[in-house]
Amino acid sequence: MSQDPGGKPRAADPGRRAFLQRSAYLGGGLVVALVLPAFRSGPRAAAASGTELNAWLRIGADDSITILVDRSEMGQGVYTALPMLIAEELEVDLPRVRIVAAPAGEAYVNVLNGGQVTGTSNSVPEAWEKLRKAGAQARLMLIAAAGQRWRIPPSQCRAANGEILGPQGRKARYGELVDAAAKLPVPKDVPLKEPKDFRLIGTPLPRLDTAAKVDGSAEFGLDVQLPGMLYAAIALSPTLGGRAAAVDSAAALTLPGVRRVLPTASGVVVVAEHFWQAKKARDALSITWDAGANKNLNNAAIWSLLEKAAAGPGVSAMKSDDVAAALKGGNAADALKKAARTFTAVYELPLLAHATMEPMNCTADVRAGQCDVYVGTQVQQMTQAAAAAASGLKPERVYVHTTLLGGGFGRRLEVDFVPAAVEASKAVGAPVKLIWTREDDMTHDAYRPPAREEVAAGLDASGKLIAWSLHVTSPSITARFDPTNKDPFDSVIEYVQNFPYAVPNFDLRYTRQEIGIDVGYLRSVSHAANCFAVESSIDELAAAVAKDPLAFRLELLAGKPRDTQLLRVLAERSGWGHAPAGHHQGLAFMAAYGGFHAQVAEISVESGRLRIHKITCVIDCGQTVNPRIVESQVESGIVYGLSAALWGEVTLEGGRVKQRNFNDYRVLRLHEMPELDVHIIPSDAAPGGLGETAVPPVAPALCNAIFAATGKRLRSLPLSAHKLG
Amino acid sequence: MVDLTINGTARSVDADADTPLLWVLRDHLALTGTKFGCGRALCGACTVHLDGVPVRSCLLPLSAVGGKHVTTIEGLSKDRSHAVQRAWMELDVPQCGYCQSGQIMSAAALLRTNPSPSDADIDAALAGNICRCGTYPRIRKAIHRAAEFLREDKTL
Repeated sequence: MSQDPGGKPRAADPGRRAFLQRSAYLGGGLVVALVLPAFRSGPRAAAASGTELNAWLRIGADDSITILVDRSEMGQGVYTALPMLIAEELEVDLPRVRIVAAPAGEAYVNVLNGGQVTGTSNSVPEAWEKLRKAGAQARLMLIAAAGQRWRIPPSQCRAANGEILGPQGRKARYGELVDAAAKLPVPKDVPLKEPKDFRLIGTPLPRLDTAAKVDGSAEFGLDVQLPGMLYAAIALSPTLGGRAAAVDSAAALTLPGVRRVLPTASGVVVVAEHFWQAKKARDALSITWDAGANKNLNNAAIWSLLEKAAAGPGVSAMKSDDVAAALKGGNAADALKKAARTFTAVYELPLLAHATMEPMNCTADVRAGQCDVYVGTQVQQMTQAAAAAASGLKPERVYVHTTLLGGGFGRRLEVDFVPAAVEASKAVGAPVKLIWTREDDMTHDAYRPPAREEVAAGLDASGKLIAWSLHVTSPSITARFDPTNKDPFDSVIEYVQNFPYAVPNFDLRYTRQEIGIDVGYLRSVSHAANCFAVESSIDELAAAVAKDPLAFRLELLAGKPRDTQLLRVLAERSGWGHAPAGHHQGLAFMAAYGGFHAQVAEISVESGRLRIHKITCVIDCGQTVNPRIVESQVESGIVYGLSAALWGEVTLEGGRVKQRNFNDYRVLRLHEMPELDVHIIPSDAAPGGLGETAVPPVAPALCNAIFAATGKRLRSLPLSAHKLG
Repeated sequence: MVDLTINGTARSVDADADTPLLWVLRDHLALTGTKFGCGRALCGACTVHLDGVPVRSCLLPLSAVGGKHVTTIEGLSKDRSHAVQRAWMELDVPQCGYCQSGQIMSAAALLRTNPSPSDADIDAALAGNICRCGTYPRIRKAIHRAAEFLREDKTL
């Protein structure tokens, strides 16, 4: 199935060889085909066939075009948008392209994330130059090969629709030229198309993964089937951070189909012939748990920790390179002392669960000297490292096969569900698919950290904003996730480090306070908390000076054309200030992820009952690769933001998470879906990120609308914790 | 052994009688299009048709389905030609796609009994199917589009 990852590159050119050696695991035939568009599950061993032109592209003698996508498809459309970048310059149409998930490898590192990581909404921004260049290089190599064949200068040849065309009607298919092309040097300075010449980029092409997602053939981690595969369930410590002190497996071992009970560092694994048998046996285990340090942890204790820590000064971020230069002048503390009016408010954001539709799972196949892992992951290299540690093998003997992800949202940046599957497979000598139940998943997440966000602002006698400061108190995600990262500000100051509003005196501080449990990156990460604090406080300040929230923002954004254009378009599309009788509007804006994003929520509150009628959303994300996917990502972010704003809260009692399933961790359903109007402002600026941008404005827009409707200012989430009447 | 008909084919399954139909389909019959989401009939990812009626297969024991006809996403059509599948493709409804088999099976069941559903009918029929990616606006549009396909097919 898989070959030595050191498989020899075919290239003769030293430059090209060096390039291919960087793509460590691309060696012949290793790449395992992910079953994708229009392909029914074929044999897993089917490799990406054809001749390599670069790390992302293979062309077969049969003219087949295979693109290796090095970002994980979790709904955000990278299996369509990234191939479009290559196909644009390669001069082929998208439906001809076959998609394969790239293996773990240095060639596939996301330079903006410092690893092979799908996250931070930067798949397209990071690939924008890189993959177009890869497509253009391949096209030029094919043209050069045609020139050699016809003994004419390459300048007399051009590429179109999978063929090279020469003078006097000469033609050669890519498949005829690819072997010769692969032996040629890789051109260095490659001109890329002007936007006016784009055939694919910017057009709403159908997604390549839809067909397989409407007939049940799309393969998620949970769907992996291997010959002789066994199934596993796991007993995880009910208390976060606890461990099994004693395991009585006698009853479980008598149940049908049970093969093995295996205590591991992650929990007690039960391996059986079928999952239902494994789960029943898991439930029949008698385990004495050592609850560990969190046995008294509850939400009151967590908030008390944050409250206490917030009394200190925190660490100033003002000397950090991350804070925008324009914000660095001034002195917020002094300005606040001199202000005619001051404003302070504390905003509180709760713990959240990711709650992907597909519960965590991993299939591992450990054999002599080799480990194959089949998993929906956002981090191929970390998965490889985790499986290597669990199997005792070297990382280069671990092959990561990325399936489709049944939702990521940052949950699959964690690899906590990988080692137990690997250990189980090694112990029983067969492939093992380990599946977490929904309850396992809900109660053992890496939760979005709680945040206490304190804003202090000052206005002069004329009502002008002269100071704005934020002190964030929250646990650190990055300190655990990436211990090598020494930046004390973590992701905690993101977005607000580029505070968009004009203010002569600005301050930003962070107090790190751990709470005893693992916290993780959740879609939009600290953008959500910080956007809530910024946009709620700006609304409060507008009210304090009796100004329209839109007009107040436009004044503070004067001289910023993209920001102000966005808000003007939003005002027009949402009918700002002209809501139907009984309806009220709230606005929120965010400039982040290399783009601009704003929403108006239109609501009513009757007898204390909130109804969300409509959300209007306008974005300027620069050049769009596929506007159809852009729109769906915006819709997606709004729905994710609505669930979090309305109901999202994880609570602990005795160190155990109380929410266990979708009955007590409520998420938005179809009948609760308000009307959406999404508008994209055309732009030829460099593409910005999209996957997360629509989430943060939802909650502040709603709270600002609730204030407009009721005069009641809500400074904590979720909304369901408040009485509106 | 339990006998049942899956997607029009008679099958005999040797599984513990309390095994939910979901796991029989997935682990015993390799029909993995039907998904596990919650195990408690709360999310709808496991929706299949039992004698034409949409049911949550995650709570339905094998012993309760003997002799009955089960239709899964794999049996909805041979070639993605069902009106709901055509509409789903035209509007690119799926994002991650994990919940979509269940959404499609619920939509197909709705259209069988109500070929011209209102938004309220759609809300009622699909309220049990969660999507975390937020494909709801497109699901609504696609069900109306599928209803149009059904009407067009009839007039042909």
